[in-house]
Amino acid sequence: MDFSYTVYILLIPLALFLILGFGSKKIKPAISGWIGSLGLGIAFILSYYTAFQYFTHGKVNDVYQTFVYKYTWISFTDKLHIDMGVLIDPISVMMLVVVSTISFMVHLYSRGYMKGDDGYTRFFAFLGLFSFSMFGLVLATNIFQMYIFWELVGVSSFLLIGYYYTKPSAVSAAKKAFIVTRFADLGFLLGILLLSYFTGTFDFQVLNDPEGAIITQGVAQSFMGLSVITWALMMIFIGGAGKSAMFPLHIWLPDAMEGPTPVSALIHAATMVVAGVYLVARMFPLFYFSDDGFALQLVAYVGGFSSLFAAIIALTQYDIKRVLAFSTMSQIGYMMLALGVSKYEGHEGLGYMASMFHLFTHAMFKALLFLGAGSVIHAIHSNDMRDMGNLKKYMPVTHVVFLIAALSISGFPGFAGFFSKDEILAAAFENNMLLYIIGVFVAGLTAFYMFRLYFNIFWGKETKYDHTPHESPASMTIPMIFLAFMSIFAGYIHFSEYISADRMPFEAHLDITLAIVATTVGLIGIVLAYIFYKKPTNLADKMVAAFGSFYQWTYRKFYIDEIYMFVTKKIIFARMAAPMAWFDKNVVDATMIGIGNSTVKTSEKIKGIQSGKFQDYAMSFIGGAVVIAIIVFYIWTK
Amino acid sequence: MIEGISIYEILTLSTVVFFIGVYGFFTRENLITILMSIELILNASALNFVVINTYLYPDFLQGTVFSIFIIAMAAAETALAIAIIINLYKLVNSVEVKDTDTLKY
Amino acid sequence: MERIVFYILALIIVVFAIASVSSRKILRAVIYLLFVLMGISGIYFMVDYSFLGAIQLAVYGGGVIVLFIFSVLLVHHVELELEVTPLRKKLIAGAVVLTGLGISLWAILTFPFQQAAAGRTIEVSDIGHKLLSVDAGGFILPFEVISVLLFAVMIGAIVIAKGKKLNK
Repeated sequence: MDFSYTVYILLIPLALFLILGFGSKKIKPAISGWIGSLGLGIAFILSYYTAFQYFTHGKVNDVYQTFVYKYTWISFTDKLHIDMGVLIDPISVMMLVVVSTISFMVHLYSRGYMKGDDGYTRFFAFLGLFSFSMFGLVLATNIFQMYIFWELVGVSSFLLIGYYYTKPSAVSAAKKAFIVTRFADLGFLLGILLLSYFTGTFDFQVLNDPEGAIITQGVAQSFMGLSVITWALMMIFIGGAGKSAMFPLHIWLPDAMEGPTPVSALIHAATMVVAGVYLVARMFPLFYFSDDGFALQLVAYVGGFSSLFAAIIALTQYDIKRVLAFSTMSQIGYMMLALGVSKYEGHEGLGYMASMFHLFTHAMFKALLFLGAGSVIHAIHSNDMRDMGNLKKYMPVTHVVFLIAALSISGFPGFAGFFSKDEILAAAFENNMLLYIIGVFVAGLTAFYMFRLYFNIFWGKETKYDHTPHESPASMTIPMIFLAFMSIFAGYIHFSEYISADRMPFEAHLDITLAIVATTVGLIGIVLAYIFYKKPTNLADKMVAAFGSFYQWTYRKFYIDEIYMFVTKKIIFARMAAPMAWFDKNVVDATMIGIGNSTVKTSEKIKGIQSGKFQDYAMSFIGGAVVIAIIVFYIWTK
Repeated sequence: MIEGISIYEILTLSTVVFFIGVYGFFTRENLITILMSIELILNASALNFVVINTYLYPDFLQGTVFSIFIIAMAAAETALAIAIIINLYKLVNSVEVKDTDTLKY
Repeated sequence: MERIVFYILALIIVVFAIASVSSRKILRAVIYLLFVLMGISGIYFMVDYSFLGAIQLAVYGGGVIVLFIFSVLLVHHVELELEVTPLRKKLIAGAVVLTGLGISLWAILTFPFQQAAAGRTIEVSDIGHKLLSVDAGGFILPFEVISVLLFAVMIGAIVIAKGKKLNK
């Protein structure tokens, strides 16, 4: 099998970025939208073709093979070298499908959503850059290549969040996202260095080979009772947690909603934020086998806590995009949880499969939710759900697709989210009761806040609009309808046949008992939301009053931002940075400036030598000649 | 060859003239007088050529020929320098050294 | 007899040289310079280089000095006294010059020159032959170069002295 053509999936978006980026002044907006969509369309078709080919022909002895096409980019030793290339295995192919689908849909959608915007072509150029980086990240053959694309993804995310660069809040949100993820990436880099230093390789295949020396023999060095590999993996997970907005590095994600809504759908819901999950999945054998999965347990608990934490915050937010942002964080926490509780072989590896499955379905319905929210925002020019109400009358298509997505994320039976969430809960149930309970509780919360959102937007009292809201154009509704289709039917794919921790297909069955429990909890959430928000009532206010200060805490997102601000401003800036700045200014700089000043002063004093009078020059010359003559004669006569 | 006069006396004379010219070059404030000092210097060196030719190598002519060249050069140089001085006078209405120090810092 | 003549000439040369570089009346300085040049031509005559002495008189006395006088008359009032040089500058220049003079004289007077016997008298024709000779040791090439130089100087002097009007 030859999959070397997959490199074009990478190169097409890069070409788009270069063409649109350099031609942003020359190319007309309408054309650039078409160029972008066409390019991504080709990548989309290629990705689906790859998936079809791989999953039908990629097996040898019932095990999915890995295909690698690479060349050595930088060589340090014969073992340690950085390669560039593409790696085809089940999860990378699945990610190709996810990224290309969402990216293509977002390109189509943006043609309508961004219409008339000044930076229309620039926007598509950045989307191209992002798609390129994301494909590169997905297809990376080694951890260093992944790191390079990881940073590129961060940059394009930064550029797109700060797309409305005249808006101060967007600028600061972009900076916040960049700094927080960069900070996390420092951990990632340290992890990479640690890992490569002790194992002598960057290559995923060598690192993750279950029969390889690294997993079977491990590394001799250890620190505080844990092997160096575990430490390295925890560092790497910090990077993943930063990108995937896990607690406590999640603070950038809600603010990232300042970017255009299609960007939120593409980057901050479906693709980039799951890079952390993908990273852990990519390194899964190493996570699982080192120190009996200590690092993996960390992943599980961080994921579980984040999912609960975010779900609680999402209950109280009014900005519809922020609700979705916290929901994203919560769902990614789910995926992390599933990975964390997974084991390696056969049916034991259910969590791994469930995580990937949920990643897939979540990408579809969460992108749809964002696109639907974008459609609403497009219509009424506000993000606040209190400005909305009874929109079902004006926007029937958006209403229906949003409802489908909300049902899907709430785990309503028959929808995609139901299947993937069920697998996650099943995996948690088998391995860790605490995380299972958290998972079920979060499922209920998810259903509640999603339908709070839904009822607030599409039902409820009609607010007075400045102008009558209208349905979005076809360029926006068609991608949403496609994603709605995916949000229902993605669940019927038998993921366990394609993706598993040990690459061997297995049979996963729907656990009816667990499914009933989860569905019941979800339905309770929906019903509660129905009671609270379907018609204007004061029940919600009563609840707020009942919870009192806890509500305030939640509404303020548990003051995490404030804590960070306190730490940076009061401790780091005031206690550490200010004295250093003083030292730099008054000692380091002062020395240099002093040298400069004394030079200037000296030259001011002696510049009279350059009198411009040739006689003076001649006199100096003759005088010098005389002195030299004296010296020469003195030596000569000696 | 002068009866009773050795080469030392004549060389001393030329050296003294040379350094008088140098002194004039240093101290004069007027471009024309500086040019005159240069004439003194050139003459002293021409005299040296002639004297060394006469006293040390009387059968050769090189010193004489070089003196002729020096005289020709000096004439040429004077003509050119005076042309420049006159042009300068037209420009700045002065031939004083202190008015021509645009090379200064 | 010749010694006396030489010393008189030497005295004239040195005295008028000093006068020439120190006189505050510029026209007088030019005349003093003329005396110096004539003295030097006298020495040329004494060492039997009559041709050179004649050139010295003709070129310097006839050409260069006249040029100086014209230029002085063009740019100065005749009675104008030159500015007095600052004493400090004079002292520094004097120190440098005296040191240089001392060094040079010391070098000359301690050097053992091998004085040759009196040679033949130089004829003008010898010089002419030498200058135009194309054999080894001939000076035809420098001679031509000098002629080109003189030509160039002629043109250059005209062009420069004509000058450009300042277009302000």
